Amino acid sequence: MHGAVANGFSRLFGMTMTDLSHEIDASILARVLAAGRATGADFSEIYIEDKRSTSAGLDDGKVEQVTSGRDRGAGIRVIAGDTTGFAHTADLSESGLLAAAGAAAAAAAQGGGGVYTVAFGPMVRQSVNSVRVVPSSVAKSRKVELLMQANDAARSIDGAIVQVSVGYADSMKRILVANSDGVFATDEQVRTIFRINAVANGDSGMQTGYESLGHTMGFEMFDDNDVAELAARAARQAIVKLRARPAPSGAVPVVIKCGSGGVLFHEACGHGLEADLVAKGASVYKDRRGELVASPLVTLIDDGTMTAEWGAIGIDDEGHVSKRNVLIENGVLTEYMWDYIRARNESRPQTGNGRRQSYSHLPMVRMTNTFVLNGTQDPEDIIKNTPSGVYVAKLGGGSVETATGDFVFGMTEAYLIENGEITEPLREGNLIGNGPQVLKDIDLLGNDFAMGGPGTCGKDGQGVPVGDGQPTLRVKSLTIGGTAA
Amino acid sequence: MSAVSTTGELQAIADRIVAQAKKGEQIEAFVSRAHETEVRVYEGDVEHFVSAQSQGINVRVISNGRTGTSYAGTLDESAFAEVLAEARENAELGSVDEWAGLAEPDGVAVVEQELWNEKLAAYPTARKIELTKELERLTLGIDSRVRIDSADYSDASVESAFATTKGIRVSGRENGCYTSVSTLADDNGETQTGWGFAVGKYPDEFDLTKAARDGVDRATRLLGAVKPATKRTTVVLDPFVTASFLSIIGSTLNGEAVSKGRSIFANRLGEAVASPVFTLIDDPTDSRAYSATDIDGEGLAARRNVLMRDGVLQMFIHSSYSARRAQTASTGNAIRSNGTPGVGCLALQVGLGTKSQQELIADIDDGVLIQSVLGIHSGVNAISGDFSTGASGLMIRNGVTAEPVREFTIASTLQRMLLDIVAVGADIDWLPMSAVGVSLVINDITMSGV
Repeated sequence: MHGAVANGFSRLFGMTMTDLSHEIDASILARVLAAGRATGADFSEIYIEDKRSTSAGLDDGKVEQVTSGRDRGAGIRVIAGDTTGFAHTADLSESGLLAAAGAAAAAAAQGGGGVYTVAFGPMVRQSVNSVRVVPSSVAKSRKVELLMQANDAARSIDGAIVQVSVGYADSMKRILVANSDGVFATDEQVRTIFRINAVANGDSGMQTGYESLGHTMGFEMFDDNDVAELAARAARQAIVKLRARPAPSGAVPVVIKCGSGGVLFHEACGHGLEADLVAKGASVYKDRRGELVASPLVTLIDDGTMTAEWGAIGIDDEGHVSKRNVLIENGVLTEYMWDYIRARNESRPQTGNGRRQSYSHLPMVRMTNTFVLNGTQDPEDIIKNTPSGVYVAKLGGGSVETATGDFVFGMTEAYLIENGEITEPLREGNLIGNGPQVLKDIDLLGNDFAMGGPGTCGKDGQGVPVGDGQPTLRVKSLTIGGTAA
Repeated sequence: MSAVSTTGELQAIADRIVAQAKKGEQIEAFVSRAHETEVRVYEGDVEHFVSAQSQGINVRVISNGRTGTSYAGTLDESAFAEVLAEARENAELGSVDEWAGLAEPDGVAVVEQELWNEKLAAYPTARKIELTKELERLTLGIDSRVRIDSADYSDASVESAFATTKGIRVSGRENGCYTSVSTLADDNGETQTGWGFAVGKYPDEFDLTKAARDGVDRATRLLGAVKPATKRTTVVLDPFVTASFLSIIGSTLNGEAVSKGRSIFANRLGEAVASPVFTLIDDPTDSRAYSATDIDGEGLAARRNVLMRDGVLQMFIHSSYSARRAQTASTGNAIRSNGTPGVGCLALQVGLGTKSQQELIADIDDGVLIQSVLGIHSGVNAISGDFSTGASGLMIRNGVTAEPVREFTIASTLQRMLLDIVAVGADIDWLPMSAVGVSLVINDITMSGV
């Protein structure tokens, strides 16, 4: 048995940054891809992933979790006509890979058969970022120390902070993608994330505050970001909410703070612009290219090349170099996001949006970093010009039903706007709107663009890291799901 | 999936790791191997077919009150020593925790269940594909306004073995399957969505006709939906929605959250925290439950726990860690993760009422049937107790369902909702989830729309 991946587990946790192509024999890849097409398929692909991760968690004042992990394996995809066969394996020997290729080929079998050879093009080695401090080079004790700093900082804000949990995690994912069209590409994606949850207890019960910091970079993330400050913000959020009143119910004007509301676009139109949903007629944005679908103030971009942002990638998980794609320009829908299969069906280029959670998942169309460009308004004027409404300073997650365009997103820190001023804090709740309507209802757009915190986008059971961003903006009417009249 | 058991091989691996414990060191090893099949059909063809194998090893080490964990997604021989070494290194970094420790054998007997179905293990792949195509055909044959987003079949088999220095040694295998259809209904330029699914111990038990009918009904009955007016009202949660609600309630009864001051129900044992019509039970020993299992995440016997009886809070759920902190015994509710086990409900169900959904609706003059919720994860905070979620469904007028409504939210607090439950249905639905479905009627919910 010839090992396709030269390094065994001897280097399990002593990680260095070498790209995967140095550990894999290209001739084996070619044989595996040929085996994938042996039943007559027109396309075969191998995706190899080697991911190492470390995480540490503090709760209740104690470092409860320090965990290391490694996931390594290959996913083999074979396409015959409209049928995709997929198999994955943690066995990276040539025989293991050939067995998986055989399983995928059988699954996609459409008769025919034949002998194929694969000629790779020049290898694309596109590393998403230039990591300065590889996380594995940093002592774990230093990572644990950050947890304690954050815990102390959050608790020192106010005696009402009764509980704090803090999490640190880093991962280094090396991927290699090769396919029967000759694509041969690698990427190394290093991500570091830090999260704080604070609980405050008061007369009206408990409230929570949450802050997170995540980038596609190494441990240098902490050079420019102070975890104590982040922790203090989470604690203050919980404290402020102790005097929160129930949120209103019904439709109101909503102002969303810069860098907190990109999830609105992710849900209101991002998913609806994914070509797989469009192709199945499961998107309200189907057949609307060239049409005005949003306020002319809105220019929406999806950009996988934004170095250091959470959704950044060097190549997508189908081996294509990431791109900056303009989806909506001055309110006009210009382009959808594409993966290999949907682009092939339409005989058009893909857009670097074919992504997957891991080697054990099929790729599909996914966002990367999705954001709205700056407008011209002073954010303070936006608030002043809003006689009454709700100011959302921090958003939680969201969801969308792409076929109807109805979407929700949670507000984790919000305030009333009364007479053009931010006043009382509000309890948590969801806001609901309809994507195409909300995009048209954006009537003020600030000049204070900022990216938001790290997010995980879920679709069809797979989670991938994504980023979002926007300037302060106003939606003239959104339905807020509170309990107050 | 293989019908040949390899649990003995997995047990040997777990035993070997545990045998390396040094004096005073506690070690737990969990070794597993899984196989999954996934079929997606679209417009009469297989859109994709996934055949997936995974394996892994998780090790937890506790030494001098400090805990470290490590895992690897492989059963490669060379990985075992490294995973153990890494867990040991990690344990040096943890805080000393007087309650840290593995589960002690508690003598509770495992309730025997048939978690492995040979007929599923031997089920031919071609028939899995055929039944998925059949589900699509059945769904398309009911109503010309309905299209298919996808018809799916999924099965999984898992073999695992567990060993600890406390003398717990268990191994076993489980398999399961379900099929589902995701639908789109079009009328007058408007599109609505629906879904239906079928579960069974093996595919021949699937009720494909019902799955198809549900998929069609859910999508078509929302056609023409409007945004409702804002008001306080009575809601009937459809069984699928109730299952999500029960999971959230279950999470508030986590004994670890109680000890750490994160549960709205702390210090309320023995009190009436819910309506007298509400009894909540976690019972993974009921083999009708999709998530039924025989052992928990620490190798203790899974067991039936009555959490609320007639509205009165009976107990919190515990792992051995949270139990030690609370000076009580584990309730068999440890949940595995890649790190230290957590605490969670395994298979929630409720004491049933006597009425069908239609009969429950007949008792309501003015309300709304909630068919589906959107964003329940983003609008519910189990610590503050705030509940707010997007929803769609049908208005209820004078005891019958009326016009469809969408793009609204329903909101209350978890505590108020529990007290405002007025009826539990008899219409139990065993869903492919860790909580059962049943209709639930709740008063005084704020519906926020226009």
